[in-house]
Amino acid sequence: MKRIMTSAMIGGLVAASLGFAAQAEGTKDSLVINGEDGPVKIITHVKNPPAGSPLPELFSGWVFRSKETRALEADDFDNPGMIFVEQAWETWNTPDGKAGKSCADCHGEPSSMKGLRAVLPRWDDKQGKLMTLEDYINWSRVEHMGAKPWKYGGGQLTSMVALISLQSRGMPVNVKTDGPAKKMWELGKKIYYTRVGQLDMACSNCHEDNYGKYIRADHLSQGQINGFPAYRLKNAKLNSVHARFKGCMKNIRAKPYKVGSDEFRALELYVASRGNGLSVEAPSVRN
Amino acid sequence: MKPYKLALIPAAFMVMATMASAGVVAPNDVVFESDGAVSQSLTGVPGDPANGRKVFAHRKKGNCLACHKNSDLSEQQFHGEIGPELDGVAERYDEAHLRGILVNSKKTFEGSIMPSFYRLENGARTMKKFQGKTILTAQEVEDVLAYLMTLK
Ligand code: HEC
Ligand code: HEC
Ligand code: HEC
Repeated sequence: MKRIMTSAMIGGLVAASLGFAAQAEGTKDSLVINGEDGPVKIITHVKNPPAGSPLPELFSGWVFRSKETRALEADDFDNPGMIFVEQAWETWNTPDGKAGKSCADCHGEPSSMKGLRAVLPRWDDKQGKLMTLEDYINWSRVEHMGAKPWKYGGGQLTSMVALISLQSRGMPVNVKTDGPAKKMWELGKKIYYTRVGQLDMACSNCHEDNYGKYIRADHLSQGQINGFPAYRLKNAKLNSVHARFKGCMKNIRAKPYKVGSDEFRALELYVASRGNGLSVEAPSVRN
Repeated sequence: MKPYKLALIPAAFMVMATMASAGVVAPNDVVFESDGAVSQSLTGVPGDPANGRKVFAHRKKGNCLACHKNSDLSEQQFHGEIGPELDGVAERYDEAHLRGILVNSKKTFEGSIMPSFYRLENGARTMKKFQGKTILTAQEVEDVLAYLMTLK
């Protein structure tokens, strides 16, 4: 009752100050990315999310960014994240490790990875664990190339994740939450709703209860990860999913889990599932 | 050398003792009414509204503008819209209620996103450097309170 009353009150007050009312929602524009192989339609808004979704509608973070930032993502030529994708493409073709092979020697074109990003993280029976795209790349480097794993969240790995994710661009996110993945999904959900830090907030307090509103100068999104890795204007590089989680935890003065930890893997699966139906959008552009 | 050091200890103790006895209510000793209000001042020292205004706007202290619009601070850019506007808030609440909201917002608004500014039991995994510390000091709470009382 209190909640309803309060939000009705906020609504009234916001509407009274015109300057704020105009910005209270995200854009209604749709996103078609002008890519090398032609235009790609991106689902940035899901009106009827899958049953059991905690959100009445799904929105990509793109919807809440400024006009200028949105425009940067609409054309690969303007997207600063594409520079890192190009670097990863060079790496793809470069032999490394004891086997003296490149990714291309075994996998052919990056397009052979089409569809993979949309279903990750996923439980892998052979590995006996929940695997992110980062995990698969590092596993293949060690197992098949005889090379050292790249640093989780580091530039090389994140750029390769972006190159492989790009192959699924436009496809709807579709991660599995049942079966053997269920336990990790439950853990992720628990983390999502647990209040942490001196400021005492859960992910849900901002990204579920208050998306669409401004928190100081930031227009709050649903905290979706369909756009990751994301190029951020703030640090001028590609950011991994776990790096973003870490940043949000630090902002509320909570000790973040480690990048590449099981807790962040679990959270990644859970957050990905909240975006089932949105398009893979990597590499996205954010502020 | 040694005796000199020893002599210093009692002096240090005395300073601490004077601070503690200056009437500051410790975070765990704050007494709430059933509706979340706190009638007793946390320090016994009247709040300074000018400093309260600064603490209100300071991003590492109150950071109230992250969530609240406040026309009195229109010189500051970007006022958030997570919580209600605070224009005229002193007409909606009395001093004790405002103090209660600042000390522990959850006692007034169950499950609120608003941080509790003078409370030790916050969320899990609090960063080391903030552990065992309140977001604002007792006097800062009184100062912000004095400032809120000017918003009429
Ligand atoms: C010597 C051959 C070889 C090389 C070199 C190699 N891989 Fe692999 N990779 C494999 C094999 C074999 C698999 C397992 C395929 C399977 O089990 O379906 C695999 C699996 C993968 C997977 C998981 C694919 C899926 O659909 O589950 C990814 C991602 C991957 N590799 C990325 C890379 C990247 C990036 C590089 C270069 C840094 C690389 N690989 C280099 C052989 C190789
Ligand atoms: C105090 C509010 C707050 C809390 C709590 C918070 N975030 Fe965020 N988060 C933000 C802001 C502000 C942004 C940047 C604007 C936006 O996209 O919402 C952001 C961005 C994100 C993004 C990037 C979205 C995109 O499309 O680029 C993700 C993912 C995210 N947060 C996840 C989380 C997770 C997971 C948690 C819990 C561990 C969390 N956040 C807790 C405020 C918060
Ligand atoms: C993270 C967002 C957030 C921050 C930061 C925050 N508040 Fe709030 N505040 C809220 C919300 C939301 C409410 C409405 C109650 C509710 O629904 O939880 C609220 C309610 C209030 C109220 C009651 C207003 C009314 O009209 O009912 C006062 C007074 C208040 N806050 C003062 C402050 C002050 C002073 C600060 C800084 C020291 C502050 N708040 C910081 C979110 C915040």
